[in-house]
Amino acid sequence: MPSDPLVRAGNLPCARPAVGWDLFASELAVLFRRRRTWAMLLALAAVPVLIAVAVRLSSSPPEPGRGPPFLDRVTQNGLFVGITALVVCIPLFLPLTVGVVAGDTIAGEANLGTLRYLLVVPAGRVRLLLVKFAGAAAFCLAATLTVVVSGALIGAALFPVGPVTLLSGDTISVGESILRSLLVAGYVTVSLLGLSAIGLFISTLTVVPVGAMAATIVLSVVAQVLGALPQLEWLHPWLFSHYWLDFADLLRQPIAWTSFGDNALLQAGYAAVFGALAYGRFVTKDILS
Amino acid sequence: MGDGRHPAAELAIETRGLTKRFGHQTAVNSIDLAVPRGSVFGFLGPNGSGKTTTIRVALGLAAATSGQVSVLGQEMPRRLKDVLPHVGALVEGPGFYPFLSGAANLHRLDSADRYAPSATRRARVREALDRVGLGHAAGKKVGAYSLGMKQRLGLANALLMPRELLVLDEPTNGLDPLGTREVRNLVRSLAAEGTTVFVSSHLLAEVEQMCTHVAVMSVGRLVAQGTLDDLRRAGEARVRVRTPDIAGALRVLAALGLVPEQTEPPGRAGDDDGVVSAPLAPGSTAPEAIVAALVAGDVRVRAFSVDRASLEDRFVALTGEGFDIAQ
Repeated sequence: MPSDPLVRAGNLPCARPAVGWDLFASELAVLFRRRRTWAMLLALAAVPVLIAVAVRLSSSPPEPGRGPPFLDRVTQNGLFVGITALVVCIPLFLPLTVGVVAGDTIAGEANLGTLRYLLVVPAGRVRLLLVKFAGAAAFCLAATLTVVVSGALIGAALFPVGPVTLLSGDTISVGESILRSLLVAGYVTVSLLGLSAIGLFISTLTVVPVGAMAATIVLSVVAQVLGALPQLEWLHPWLFSHYWLDFADLLRQPIAWTSFGDNALLQAGYAAVFGALAYGRFVTKDILS
Repeated sequence: MGDGRHPAAELAIETRGLTKRFGHQTAVNSIDLAVPRGSVFGFLGPNGSGKTTTIRVALGLAAATSGQVSVLGQEMPRRLKDVLPHVGALVEGPGFYPFLSGAANLHRLDSADRYAPSATRRARVREALDRVGLGHAAGKKVGAYSLGMKQRLGLANALLMPRELLVLDEPTNGLDPLGTREVRNLVRSLAAEGTTVFVSSHLLAEVEQMCTHVAVMSVGRLVAQGTLDDLRRAGEARVRVRTPDIAGALRVLAALGLVPEQTEPPGRAGDDDGVVSAPLAPGSTAPEAIVAALVAGDVRVRAFSVDRASLEDRFVALTGEGFDIAQ
């Protein structure tokens, strides 16, 4: 329509808009250029180092059944440090860092005043939500990988490394054990997606990022407390933290994929529900910050 | 101005009965704004009179309670995705990531624009920074910027792409006099390129120096709108005669059909002069004829002037209060 002023002006550099991967790349750049992000990753990397050093320095090897799972295997095979550290981090440390990143997604931008500028560009509200969720997911992956990789490095430095005996009794090579470690990291990443979606939703409710972060972290603790109460057994399969520690199935031969599938389904459900809530809230919200 | 004088496409921003309520508080009360394309449009009003809220609604950041808004001839917020790429905006102060450099901040916002080609991004960022005089501070973290520098960075962001409309909310906030002057020159040069510039301000002098059109807000209402000249003309002119012959002056002016009054008694300035003044309707008696009549009537004219009400008087009359008083 030639009388359309937008067409008439002919200022558009291209007829069709780009898909917009640039915004996701920029989101990652902003996330990983923050000192806060690096501080959190460093803290996570320190956990396996602490565990390995403590075990190395103690005179008696850890007894089976005491301390976190897999701890007794660390002295026999350094590759278990990463897995042990993940078990230690899952209840609090990982949800804490994920809560910070997910709670900051929208509220943080609103707090800085950058949200209004992104929306005026226009970044698109739905697109921004998707990019923010993808960014939080990328952080989940980075966080778990940090623990696993740092654990593998310090384990290899302080303890013997060799073929790994799995929970099923089978032995796998060093190469395959690294693959299994990455698989566990993937499992834990998926485990944290539900919490990320909850954080994203809470983040659309406020312009105070610290509030959204705290609320997200508190919810992760509440879910685990509820999960520990036998009286609420009917509720347990619905808690996003239900499968958090069930990655042992990935350390059997052959791999049992049931818990991975159940976990992925549950997390996808949480992502869908809280993603929809975030959408409902954010798309019509007045941006007054 | 909603009288159909401007076809919709000739208006860069148009609102019809735009109302925005927050709870019981009415921030914007049924305003009909008409911003002609190609104008430099000053949006004046005291702090808290509803200017920023109007801008937020026009840019689709907030939803109107009732009424319609169209920007560049397109209905908002329905056509937001098509309209906003043509609009550069500075809304209620700058908002940036303090831990990123100025250039990195612009990269970030530009990469959110699906119409902005990434191939030219680096060059466009540099150009925009140079244009607002921030070229030397491009690599510095925004956290270390002064308020004035952040304000300039906000302007640079609005200039990343060629725009048809610039919406600048209080663009000179935090700038020193020199910076204010630079912004004025920038706005002028943008307007000369054909960009419509919509500037909100609570500073009259600023608007007077760079705008062709003005709208005045007061407590959520639009109390005046038109070209700057229209608004100036709307203020009445007065003749002032300084003379010791008060009675004579009153008589002569009344005989000319004016409605004179003594506005200053004799002797106040240490002599025997007093002041008589009268409103002068446009197109009535010429000032020189008044002087001739006064002299012919034996009135000793010691000073004579035709004073036009300043814009400032006009705005004080319109907004009711001192110009900077928040409502």
